[in-house]
Amino acid sequence: MFTQLPLIILLLPLLAFILLIFFGKRLPRQGDWLATGLMTLTLFLSLILLVVKLGTQPAETISSSFNWAIVGSQVIGFGIMIDNLAAVMLVVVTLVSTLVHYFSMGYMKDDTRYSRYFAYLGLFSFSMLGIVLTNNILLMYVFWELVGVSSYLLIGHWYEKKTASNAANKAFIVNRIGDFGMFVGIMILFLSYSTFAFEAIFESISAGQLPFGSEGWLTAAGILIFCGAIGKSAQFPLHVWLPDAMEGPTPVSALIHAATMVAAGVYLVARVFPMLTADALLVIAYIGAITALIAATIAITQFDIKKVLAYSTISQLGYMIMALGVGAYTAGFMHLVTHAAFKAGLFLGAGSVIYGMHAALHKLHNHHTDAQDIRNMGGLKSKMPLTYWTFLIFTLAISGIPLTSGFLSKDEILAGTLAFSTLNGHWLLPLTGFLVAGLTAFYMFRLLILTFHGKPANDQVYSGVSESPKVMTIPLIILAGLSLFFFYSFNPFGATSGWFYGAIERPESMVPLILQPAAYPVFYEAVSSVHTLAMILSIIIAGGGVVFALAVYHWKKVSADALAKRAGLLYTGSVNKWYFDEFYDAAFVNGTHGLMKMLRWFDENIIDGIVNGSALITKVLSRISGWIDNNVVDGLVNGTATTANKAGGLLSHVQTGKVQTYLVYVIFSFLVLFVLFL
Amino acid sequence: MELLLAQSVIEPGLTHFLVVSAILFSLGVMAVLSRRNTIMVLMGVELILNSANINFIAFSRFTELSLDGQMIALFVIIIAAAEAAVALAIVLNVYNRFKTINLDDISLLKG
Amino acid sequence: MELTTILFYLFSLITLGAAAFMVFSKNIVHSAFALMFALIGVAALYVLLYADFLAATQLLVYVGGILILILFGVMLTSLGYTFNFKTVTVNLAPASLLSATAAVLLIFAFVTTDWKISEIAEPTDTVYDLGMLLMGDYILPFIVAGVLLLIAIIGAILMSTHLSAENREGV
Repeated sequence: MFTQLPLIILLLPLLAFILLIFFGKRLPRQGDWLATGLMTLTLFLSLILLVVKLGTQPAETISSSFNWAIVGSQVIGFGIMIDNLAAVMLVVVTLVSTLVHYFSMGYMKDDTRYSRYFAYLGLFSFSMLGIVLTNNILLMYVFWELVGVSSYLLIGHWYEKKTASNAANKAFIVNRIGDFGMFVGIMILFLSYSTFAFEAIFESISAGQLPFGSEGWLTAAGILIFCGAIGKSAQFPLHVWLPDAMEGPTPVSALIHAATMVAAGVYLVARVFPMLTADALLVIAYIGAITALIAATIAITQFDIKKVLAYSTISQLGYMIMALGVGAYTAGFMHLVTHAAFKAGLFLGAGSVIYGMHAALHKLHNHHTDAQDIRNMGGLKSKMPLTYWTFLIFTLAISGIPLTSGFLSKDEILAGTLAFSTLNGHWLLPLTGFLVAGLTAFYMFRLLILTFHGKPANDQVYSGVSESPKVMTIPLIILAGLSLFFFYSFNPFGATSGWFYGAIERPESMVPLILQPAAYPVFYEAVSSVHTLAMILSIIIAGGGVVFALAVYHWKKVSADALAKRAGLLYTGSVNKWYFDEFYDAAFVNGTHGLMKMLRWFDENIIDGIVNGSALITKVLSRISGWIDNNVVDGLVNGTATTANKAGGLLSHVQTGKVQTYLVYVIFSFLVLFVLFL
Repeated sequence: MELLLAQSVIEPGLTHFLVVSAILFSLGVMAVLSRRNTIMVLMGVELILNSANINFIAFSRFTELSLDGQMIALFVIIIAAAEAAVALAIVLNVYNRFKTINLDDISLLKG
Repeated sequence: MELTTILFYLFSLITLGAAAFMVFSKNIVHSAFALMFALIGVAALYVLLYADFLAATQLLVYVGGILILILFGVMLTSLGYTFNFKTVTVNLAPASLLSATAAVLLIFAFVTTDWKISEIAEPTDTVYDLGMLLMGDYILPFIVAGVLLLIAIIGAILMSTHLSAENREGV
């Protein structure tokens, strides 16, 4: 049951990918029914797995593996591990993926590479499920990179657009920076424990073995592995790829940038949580807090509907990472799950809006108006009622208004940070948390009001907009249902009594006692003592954000422009995304250019000088020797003369472009080495 | 005279095979370095691969290497087959493009 | 003098003679046929080294496959073949110098090294043992080699179909 079923779940999307990539064009309707059907089947199997797991073996970790490769004395296993974390994550991934499949059948209807698109969705789901199911960090790295590749393919789906192909490259390269750190971390662990399996590594650590016998290395390994999460989960300072990745099709944004790929980083941190030291966790918490704050401040001033959602995603991911860092493990993971539902809904809702706008603009043959700019929208509420109402529920959820799922998880995170600060005195973390909660409520309602309320910006366009087809609105309704509290806990004001808190428990820390974060009972007590305070504060702050947004954009009591002027530098900074891209451009791209120029100068003036000089000398020498040879007429000497002449000729233009001349050098150097080392 | 012959024509041992492979190797190198025709160069490469194979199998016959040597030789043959197929496809492409397969006429990289 | 000794010298002579003829022949078709004899000679040497399966593989893959490929290559690209030897070669002097040096150095190294010889019993049949190894210790390289061959096939086909497409444009 727990060995075959996960394998089937893992392999079904791969099957969809293989079938579609080879036969997609020949299948009726380009095979979308096949991909969607297989994905739906995967979803049902995952649901069965989750229910059976929670019903029969709620506390077990079931792991099975077989030997994959034997390199010398090292055995590299290939295994599957099912615990409650993996089972829940499986359902999240397959659910969002299935809904995105359905939505795409409407959104991508007339795309030129329709079957290719569904094939890539299958590949992406396969690699994502691989990350979730594996019991082995090397294999996780392999799937991690597969996710990178398939997200590259999906972001660059419209590769005719220069911005899209650039965005795909950027996402891939920026991710690679983080992955490099992750790989170094994996290698540190492997060198110390000669295994890749999570459980074996944790066992060795809890047995008191430290990498290279030092505690610093353990912290370093934890932070290096977290680097992978920084890349994939778009944390500061590698968050720059995610907003650009909005160039991909909108359902892809919902899949990749809401529920799965970016959540992989959070999942990774949750997976390796037992081996993280208190120092590493503190770094993780602060990175999360900085990310949440930076992204929230940028989101306030953006006008592209998808960009706002992109920055809000980064900000919410920062929340999750911060929650894991302070030890609010369950809260962080729960926010991942709830966020997956409502953010996927927000992206799909935005997709529905863009689809409507696009169709209206297309009818008017208006190709210069941006279908994604919220300044061109307004008043869409009456035109797209279903989209509006679901969007409203998602907005309430992300803002943390009671009775929604977002309230439950966000509330627990804030209580966690507050408890952490009472234990350790890091008061900046809860402060950032509450500030970001207010900012989130503000910018999400700004988006909602500017898009759906008020007067239409362009009446002609407005009259052409209509509600999206059913295949697009039904996923929205399902996700809206999942954004309500009762799916996670029957008590709308506390998640701790729900099934989720029962299923996902914070794992024991395996690191030596002095390096451990505050033990769970201590932490739990601190959380319950501040929980009510955190809840009241979060309601007040979120409510304040909503009211302020209404005041500025709906009732127009406060002028947005005047506010912007008042904020001055802060406003320009936010509009320009705090100049991260410009900074990276100046520091790394121009830096590389500069280095290149320097090297080129060196090459042209010094190396070429030496080469030309030696060539000249050799030429002169060979002339002289040639002259001598001509006069001393002797066959044998003539031969040496030509050899010398040829050698001179070779040196004067080393680059002959002739392969065999190069080969002569190679063999010659080989023989020299042979003599030297014999 | 008979004694001399008997001494030089002794039972072939490891060294004998290695010497054969050394000469085969140098002939292959000669072909690779000196022939203008790309296909001749490829044939030289095959000779070099064969000489390496003789070494592997000779060692597997006379030393502790045993069957592992034959195994490696088998993989060398597999790779040689793949190499020949791809290399000849490249040669055909080069011929189509430059209308020659003389290696020294194809010198786009000339500095 | 035993039969194997005679056979060894005979086949070494065939191999080296054919290889030398291949290298120094003016006519590329002659070279290809000389290569065939050299490869058959090498196969015979394998038999003398108790590697019967490899000898068969050598004949099948090299003589039956690679050599045919090379002949195809010759036929598809040949531009007539009446050159004198000088015109078909480049950097003759360094090449002969280097290959002679290589031969001398290698023979010197092989002869002077004190090899640890361990006589093995004459195996009756290597195929079974090779098969066991291939499916046991060498399973991963075996699979990788299969993938490599697949890639090589696809690559070769892709390159040659590209070729024919270009030709069609030309016509």
